[in-house]
Amino acid sequence: MIHLSRWKVILLALSLLFGLAFAYPNMLTPAQRDALPGWVPSSGLNLGLDLQGGSYLLLEVDVPAMREKRLANMVEDARMVLGEANIGITGVVRNDQGVVVTLTNPAQMDAALTAMRTLIGGNPNAVADRTVQRQGNDRIAYAFTDAAMNSMAADAVSQSIEVVRRRLDSTGTKEISITRQGADRIVVQAPGESDPAELERLVGQTAQLTFQMVDTENSLAEAAAGAVPPDSELLPAAEPGGPAAYLVKRRILVSGENLTKAEVGSDQNRQVAIDFRFDAQGSRRFGEATAANVGKPFAIILDGQVISAPTIISPITGGTGQITGNYTIESASLFVNLLNGGALPAPLVVEERRTVTAELGADAVAKGGLSTLIGFIIIVVFMIGAYGLLFGGISVVGLLLNGLLIIAAMSLVGATLTLPGIAGLVLTFAVAVDANVLIYERMRDEARSGRSVIASLDAGFNKAMGTIIDANLTTLVAALIMFIFGAGPVRGFAWTLTIGVFTSMLSAVLVSQVALAWWLKVAKPKKLPIAE
Amino acid sequence: MRGWPLIKLLPSKTNLQFVKYARPAGILSVLLCVASIVACFYPGLNMGIDFRGGASMELTRADSQVLDLERVRGAVGELGLGDVQVQGIDDPSSAILRFQVPDDEPQSAVVQRVENAITASVGEVTYSGVSVVGSKVSGELFRSGLFALGAAIVLMFAYIWFRFEPQFGFGAIAGLAHDVILVFGLIVLFKLEFSLNMVAAILTVIGYSMNDTVVVFDRLRENLRKYKTMPLREVIDLSINETLSRTIITGLTAVMVLAALAFFGGEALFGFSIALMAGIIIGTYSSIYVGAPIILLWGVKRGSLDEPKPVKLGMASRP
Repeated sequence: MIHLSRWKVILLALSLLFGLAFAYPNMLTPAQRDALPGWVPSSGLNLGLDLQGGSYLLLEVDVPAMREKRLANMVEDARMVLGEANIGITGVVRNDQGVVVTLTNPAQMDAALTAMRTLIGGNPNAVADRTVQRQGNDRIAYAFTDAAMNSMAADAVSQSIEVVRRRLDSTGTKEISITRQGADRIVVQAPGESDPAELERLVGQTAQLTFQMVDTENSLAEAAAGAVPPDSELLPAAEPGGPAAYLVKRRILVSGENLTKAEVGSDQNRQVAIDFRFDAQGSRRFGEATAANVGKPFAIILDGQVISAPTIISPITGGTGQITGNYTIESASLFVNLLNGGALPAPLVVEERRTVTAELGADAVAKGGLSTLIGFIIIVVFMIGAYGLLFGGISVVGLLLNGLLIIAAMSLVGATLTLPGIAGLVLTFAVAVDANVLIYERMRDEARSGRSVIASLDAGFNKAMGTIIDANLTTLVAALIMFIFGAGPVRGFAWTLTIGVFTSMLSAVLVSQVALAWWLKVAKPKKLPIAE
Repeated sequence: MRGWPLIKLLPSKTNLQFVKYARPAGILSVLLCVASIVACFYPGLNMGIDFRGGASMELTRADSQVLDLERVRGAVGELGLGDVQVQGIDDPSSAILRFQVPDDEPQSAVVQRVENAITASVGEVTYSGVSVVGSKVSGELFRSGLFALGAAIVLMFAYIWFRFEPQFGFGAIAGLAHDVILVFGLIVLFKLEFSLNMVAAILTVIGYSMNDTVVVFDRLRENLRKYKTMPLREVIDLSINETLSRTIITGLTAVMVLAALAFFGGEALFGFSIALMAGIIIGTYSSIYVGAPIILLWGVKRGSLDEPKPVKLGMASRP
């Protein structure tokens, strides 16, 4: 029986309160929102990048390149430690997981094993990710463990996320979201940032910094012609002006990992320079290396390019140094940021990027808002025209409550409103009145078949309810699929659609039930006005 | 209540014989579906950069003078980036530019080259929206988009199967496939860009079309229980007529609202709203002319045991 049930009125009042409480923060400026006490809901609608303006980057961690590089380093390391221990080898063979070295003299096996084990014994607390094993009489396998191989990609992604975060948001104040997607991808969303080129400069470099000795024993010209000695490499110069390339020793004296801090400074000629400081291990290694090589040049190498090759005038033992070159304040700041952020474990490849300027976003908000308003007015006019002031009006009140609840719910769960999301909102209004239409048409039918006002209202609600639920469930299924498969704006659309289904069922049905029950009680109508 | 002049779209009781025209309507639907499928391959969908890969930029002349689209096209065309499209928009000093990005060159480098070429050709321009999608990602997006559409249709089928009889499921799914195929056909016809947003639009059409079908089926099931001896085709006609008023009012509301979106929502929402509007009109048609007649074709097991044989189409079902 249709009557003014207390719990429905309470539920309606509660949902109105909920709507007002959670939609209200959207009326405030960010400063006012921050000033609210902690228990007051203060989160507003989360605007998508297409409405707010900003940049979106989808980066892929180049795991194969990283694996390749690590294996190449293993070859170098093995050669180096065995060379230092004066152990002759006939060959180093690379496989998928590491290297196998063959000793010239099997009698040196024990010494070779000891030398090789120094490569993995660096940190006694860490679980070793590599193993050194004897194979037969004259061979030693130096390889990554299975666990290390398996987690390599995942670790590289996590490390990359950390590095990217440090580089893009060194102060920790920006609203940049950096998330993992799939096995080897990173999504960077930077609201308000409309220059993706700047972002790309920051994430596009691995920033692997190394200090290596310049090979002065062999001829650069011969190396350039193709005769590169096995323990040296030919690297291009970063800056034009000096030599086009340098022949440097492969052995790394100190790397960027030993850097504790870099900052922009100036050299004695007041040119912009980069000051850096090593940690204890770096200081010691750099001190030893410079002490042993006074008078010789060493190369400072960033991502395989020699950025400068100063000559060692005296041993550098203090752990500080300076890189000079043709820097401007800007390029030096970028470099410092990269150095302080640490090196990326693997190169990042930009797979997708999208940018919207704030103006375009504001334009989209304005157009979306205007069309929502016009759509709403159309519905109001149409519903009142089709069902009269009372019944049409009730559905409009339901619609208003619906709009309020959608904004409140989206603010509460932190859903993102995108441009297609606004379209979803407008469409939700149209579908929300469908519930009213179903109920009213049912009431009309019942009234026409000769039932009393009360009976037709009652039957209208009861019989329409199953259809309304069925019909809304289908929309939910469609929205669910958009959630699972969609990206960005499409998800925003799915959000509004989903929330809209729930709020429209609540508002359309509840508002009309309470309002019509109240109307029955007050007006005691003899016939149904919509059943002409 | 004083008599408010209600808008009368339909007489309060209609008695249209929908089933009578089911055969020509069915033939028309099949023909249109075939034409749409053919159109999807020839001339083919106008794939957006989401699915094809490449770049799309919105540019505006900094001095607000009229932008010469041909010069932009020429300047970018000379870079050898394959298919270059320049499309004017409402503002004569602005345009949308689309081009392909070679796989072997970093995206930012290509974009830089294009920006330089445009500046050299038409002077200073500002870029308000730039999207670049790599071929790897676009391939994945396309596959997952198609998968989403397939998954939606299968889930809807399962839902109808569960809530109604299998025959209803077939009817609903035929209607759904019909709607999706025709929307694709219209996307080709109107040369709308097939993008991620379009997939969202089609998914919504699927949701709406089901919604519409469910309303008709719900009434059909109710009437089948109520009028146990009435021939199936008459029950179908009755059910469609009874729900017709609701179908028209809801459909009209949705179409009007979407028209507002299409006209006032700007470039970004235009294609999306048009596709939705087309889908809703097609969905309304199909719930009357595709879903229900298929049930008639298949026959339906009437709830009670006193009529074990499915009712067949045509003379067999007549008393």
